[in-house]
Amino acid sequence: MSVLNELEKASLSPSVGQTSPEKHPMDDFMRMDRMPHIWCSTCGIGVSVNCFAKALEKCKIPLDEVVVVSGIGCTGRVAGYVKVDSFHTTHGRAIPFATGMKLANPKLKVVVFSGDGDIIAIGGNHFLNAARRNIDMTVICINNFNYAMTGGQLASTTPEGSILTTSPFGSHEEPFNLPFLAESVGAVYVARWTSLHIYNQTNSMVEAMRKPGFTFIEILAPCPTIYERQQKFGDGLDRLRWYCDNSEIRNGANTRDVDIRLNAGVVVGKFVDKERPTYLESMNAHYKEKLGDRYKPYEG
Amino acid sequence: MKADPRGVLTGSHYLDGDHACCEGALTAGCRFIAGYPITPSTEVVERFARRAPLIEGALFIQMEDELAASIAIQGAVWAGKKAMTVTSGPGFSLMMEHIGLAAMTETPCLFVDVQRGGPSTGLPTLPGQADMMQARWGSHGDYEIIALSPNSPQEAFNLTIDAFNLSEQYRVPVMFMMDESVGHMMERVVIPPADQIEITPRRYTKLPPGKYLPFKPEPDLVPDMFKAGDGYRLHVTGLTHDFRGYPDMSADIQEQLVHRLVDKIRVNAPKIWRYEETSVEDADVVIVTYGITSRLAIDALNIAREKGIKVGMLRLIVVWPFPERRIRELAVQGKAMVVAEMNYGQMFYEVDRCAQGKVPVVLAGHGGGTVHRVEDIVERIMEAYRCRS
Repeated sequence: MSVLNELEKASLSPSVGQTSPEKHPMDDFMRMDRMPHIWCSTCGIGVSVNCFAKALEKCKIPLDEVVVVSGIGCTGRVAGYVKVDSFHTTHGRAIPFATGMKLANPKLKVVVFSGDGDIIAIGGNHFLNAARRNIDMTVICINNFNYAMTGGQLASTTPEGSILTTSPFGSHEEPFNLPFLAESVGAVYVARWTSLHIYNQTNSMVEAMRKPGFTFIEILAPCPTIYERQQKFGDGLDRLRWYCDNSEIRNGANTRDVDIRLNAGVVVGKFVDKERPTYLESMNAHYKEKLGDRYKPYEG
Repeated sequence: MKADPRGVLTGSHYLDGDHACCEGALTAGCRFIAGYPITPSTEVVERFARRAPLIEGALFIQMEDELAASIAIQGAVWAGKKAMTVTSGPGFSLMMEHIGLAAMTETPCLFVDVQRGGPSTGLPTLPGQADMMQARWGSHGDYEIIALSPNSPQEAFNLTIDAFNLSEQYRVPVMFMMDESVGHMMERVVIPPADQIEITPRRYTKLPPGKYLPFKPEPDLVPDMFKAGDGYRLHVTGLTHDFRGYPDMSADIQEQLVHRLVDKIRVNAPKIWRYEETSVEDADVVIVTYGITSRLAIDALNIAREKGIKVGMLRLIVVWPFPERRIRELAVQGKAMVVAEMNYGQMFYEVDRCAQGKVPVVLAGHGGGTVHRVEDIVERIMEAYRCRS
């Protein structure tokens, strides 16, 4: 057991009760003992994590009640860095894990933070069904247009013509239009921003987390090491400059019209904000009607 | 602790094995099932869907597929519920990745597999016992699980409770290996009063946040648990992780973690093993069997005894971990063995391995679709008897 004891000491020392004269504003929210993180310089994921921290602060949700669930991939690593109860699950299955968690304890504020490949491709079926059921969760999907952690492969979100390792002559597939998809399967809140739009992104996270039901935010994020480099778009900052010149805020836009084309401008904004009973609200109402006083409303 | 009476349907009932399994789960405190319909297991969730709304805190959800069902239960467990999912062969195949996740994150939960004939779509409405190795080895990487196999509706009830208890005690996914015959067979099932049923509560840590390391084992090699929302603000990952739950991509931590995941079952195996012996003491031939096949094997035993061959039976109740020591003892005593199972050799290989060449081990197997013909088992008994030195 001596090896275990040493490891225990090593494990306890950095994480607990660390005091530093200069406290970083993210100390309460991030697992600082896990820094440095794995994300590349000028990657957009960290920006969104920062916005998420600000959004939680604005929402005044106690951090003890917040759960972050991630799948696999670059964005899948978010769960490992945020200092809340956080679950790093299997590829594509963050949403059904989060579904089980939210239904088992409805008091939790459940946020799924994962990438486009994870949520939309391998996890697409779960995305459709969680939105359809209107499970009360916020899904933040960082879309970097490719499978970055595995070295840059074609994704179901890759704009046509993009060069990636599995589309060496350019992709010839039609990509998903995520806001359109989310709206069509029942999401009650749908917004899209880029990593440049930090205030809008933060505000959308606040609105989404305050809103009961399945809320969805797509963030277009630079992937400097792979996607931007392969398309010769420069680094992350160059890409943000490009977004600055080529993104148009069009709140309430018809999601049918917001598809993304290579080298064409992108439409961002809040597209959907509607009311619909959540899964548990409709379940409780339905059973109350069918079973009368024999049914006690489910509260977890 | 004792069972929560709100889930216990005390009394004498006429139930099939699937329904009995559902009642066992409710008795054990299971309050969350995520399922996906598949024959011949669906009756378990059908009953739960009907029962859950009238039991406080119970919820059933039919997920979009078995991948979703097998991980939704894990989300529910980390939020504080006892949970299980229910399936059959093809669905069980889809669940394999999440059995690995549950093993790696030490998430107590139950996977019920009402076995049918395979491979692939196979024989949806007919029995099989050919998922036994998949239950043990189906997910990638090294890990250990516990598996139980009932041979009657009454036992489907009793063992579902035991399966939950073992799952909580050792924090492992437990495989509940039924078969179509037991699942659809109707018999009397007696459910005792709640205060006579022992339930293993979840082993929550008593340490406060800051002092508690979520994956530091207790002396029995199993760590105590926390749940989301209790203020611990911890991380759980399917990546190799240290005591804090933090990912660590080193061979040292891999050794520390995975070796323990395997050892917590191997070291505790003598406490987990359960089998039932019939007339083994004077036997020259022992039938090793489990599940529905044991009910044919007992007839074969009686017929062979009438013919003057001393036959015994060892029925595996806990199938995994496999009771290696007992098989070795029987082999050392020179007892030939017949392994009766509905497949072309799965537990047979375990028995053969443990017999270490000391005695003949004969397979009485077939591909499923119907239970064994008793005469076939008798023939194999004769063969094993003749082959003894």
